[in-house]
Formats: sequence, structure tokens, C-alpha cells
Amino acid sequence: MADTPILLREQQYHQIKAVLARLRMDASAKVVFLVDKDGQEIASQGEVGNLDTTSLASLAAGNVAATGGMAQLIGEKEFPTLSHEGEKDSIHISVVGRLLLVVVFDERSSLGLVKLRSKQVSHQLATMFEEIAAGDFDDESPFAGITDEDIDSLFS
Amino acid sequence: MTFINYASREINCKIVYYGPGLCGKTTNLQYIFDSTAPQARGKLISLATETDRTLFFDFMPLELGTVRGFKTRFHLYTVPGQVFYDASRKLILKGVDGVVFVADSQEERMDANIESLYNLEENLQSQGYDLMKIPYVLQLNKRDLSNIVPAEDLASELQRKGEPVVEAVASTGVGVFDTLKAVAKQVLTELRKG
Repeated sequence: MADTPILLREQQYHQIKAVLARLRMDASAKVVFLVDKDGQEIASQGEVGNLDTTSLASLAAGNVAATGGMAQLIGEKEFPTLSHEGEKDSIHISVVGRLLLVVVFDERSSLGLVKLRSKQVSHQLATMFEEIAAGDFDDESPFAGITDEDIDSLFS
Repeated sequence: MTFINYASREINCKIVYYGPGLCGKTTNLQYIFDSTAPQARGKLISLATETDRTLFFDFMPLELGTVRGFKTRFHLYTVPGQVFYDASRKLILKGVDGVVFVADSQEERMDANIESLYNLEENLQSQGYDLMKIPYVLQLNKRDLSNIVPAEDLASELQRKGEPVVEAVASTGVGVFDTLKAVAKQVLTELRKG
């Protein structure tokens, strides 16, 4: 297998949430969330309300993957940022290592501000996530002791 | 890639349904969506053409229940089956935890099944995975049709490593949850190994 599981501890989760909360405030954004490049939502912050963040995370990852594929076809490594501007709400996505930082904003903010603030926290998030990715899975996996009965119970 | 969040006590896994065009990958997801309680699943997102052929992927999050205090959520994806969407198929396999190969049982689709299975092996390799090691289930779909290859013949042609083989009629739900269960069990068993 190419990948080992990502294990996010409670303290790390709250650190990430704090960074996202600050970004959301500094960028005057509606919602900020962090997504793994494979489409898994890691954390979100803001006016989530009825927003389907799980689907949005998956589509954001698909979007970045598709444009990344296009980038490679024209000889680029990837397109590090993507922006989609709507009539009222817009989305800005920046690639931070294996993460995507997704910012949803409206007329209270601007693309320039969102880009600037996203860039400012990118390094910090990348460093935090490197530590998370380097974490030892074996020690703390809650699943090391699961039984066949535990698994079967999910389908009963 | 499995993602375990201690704060929200959630575990997320990614399962991809693969197979030739029109074999019933989307139909599998649609049946799961239709027969699951709304609180256990999210929206079914379909990025499809105007003629309902999958263009990029279908996606549906599904919550199966709790193991050791952790909510288990499976993110189900399909790939576009048509041959010329190969670039998209590669992208969707990124971070996969388990694969379901949906084979079309009709005689005239035998070559398409074999081609798609080779394509799966190649694309998994290009993402750093090995079909022989990844959680994997073979589903023989469309068993209700008249022009089908006997299940034993189909399995002997397509089975790669003694993986579970499930006969199905995805349009009516036969075998759909058995398939999902078979792959989900393998994914969770992999987690136990760490």
C-alpha cells in the first residue's frame, strides 16, 4: 500500500481549527476548510450551516486533481491556486503540500485579500501537517484490537 | 487513504467502484443511496454528461456505524468507465483504501471486462498500489440477463487473487450490500494490521 493512515490527534485538530479561525477572520471569509488531496475533510471553520462540506471537500479535491492533470499535460507541476468567482459567493483553493486550503467568501471580502491571507498561513499549516503525517500510527491505533465481531456488528 | 480523527472520533475510508462502461457502477451507488436512511448518508454527487454517462466521478459518503467509539464513514466513488476517460480514472484512485471491480456478465462485454481489469492494475500501479495487496472484491453484475457468461467461467477469467466474488443485479439491489460489506470488512481488517 502506498499510503499509511493519517491519524489526527485531538490537540492537533484544535490547533488546526485555531489557524483556520484566524484565517477566516483575517480574510473576512464565510467558511474556511482544510481538505486532504484525496478529498477527506480535515477541519472546517465558519458559517457552515447547511453547507455540505463533505461533498464540497470531495469536489474541491476532484477539481484540483483535474486541473493538476491539465497542468502536467502542458508541462507544469501543478496549479497552486484555483479561484471560482460567482455572483455572490466565491471559492479560493490553494494547494499546501498534500492539503487543500479552501476559502468560501462573499462581497465582504475580496479575492486579493483571501489570496494574501491564505498564503500567509500556508507555511504554518504545511509544517503542522508534516508533524501529523510523521506521527506513529502503530502505537495508538484504536483499531489494533478490533475483532471480527466488531466489524460484523457494523453490518448487522 | 484512511483518515482517523480523534477529536471528532471518526474514521474515513475511500472505496472506488471500477469497471467497464455501463457495467453498473453508478447503479450500485444509486441503490445504496436509495436504500439507506438519510441520516446515514450524504448526497449522491454525480458528475455526469447530459446522457447520464459518468464524466468524472460519482461520490457518496456513507456512515456504517460505530467501532470502538469511532464513527466509520466510507466515501464511495465510481470512475467513468468509458475507455477515453483514463486520466480521470487515475486521479480517482488516489488515496484509495479498497476497490470493487464491477464486471458486466454479458457475453459481449467479456473483452471490455478484461481490458478494464488490466487498466485497473496499471492505474493502481501508477499510483503506487498493488492489486494483489489492496482490499478488493469482484462483483459479477447483471446476473438477471439472458445472454450471460456462467458465473464460474467469468470468475475464473477475472479473479486475480482469491478475492470475494459476489453475484449481483445492481438495478434491483441483489448483491449490492454484500459487495460493500465484503470490501469494507477487508478495509477495516487492514486497519487492524496498522
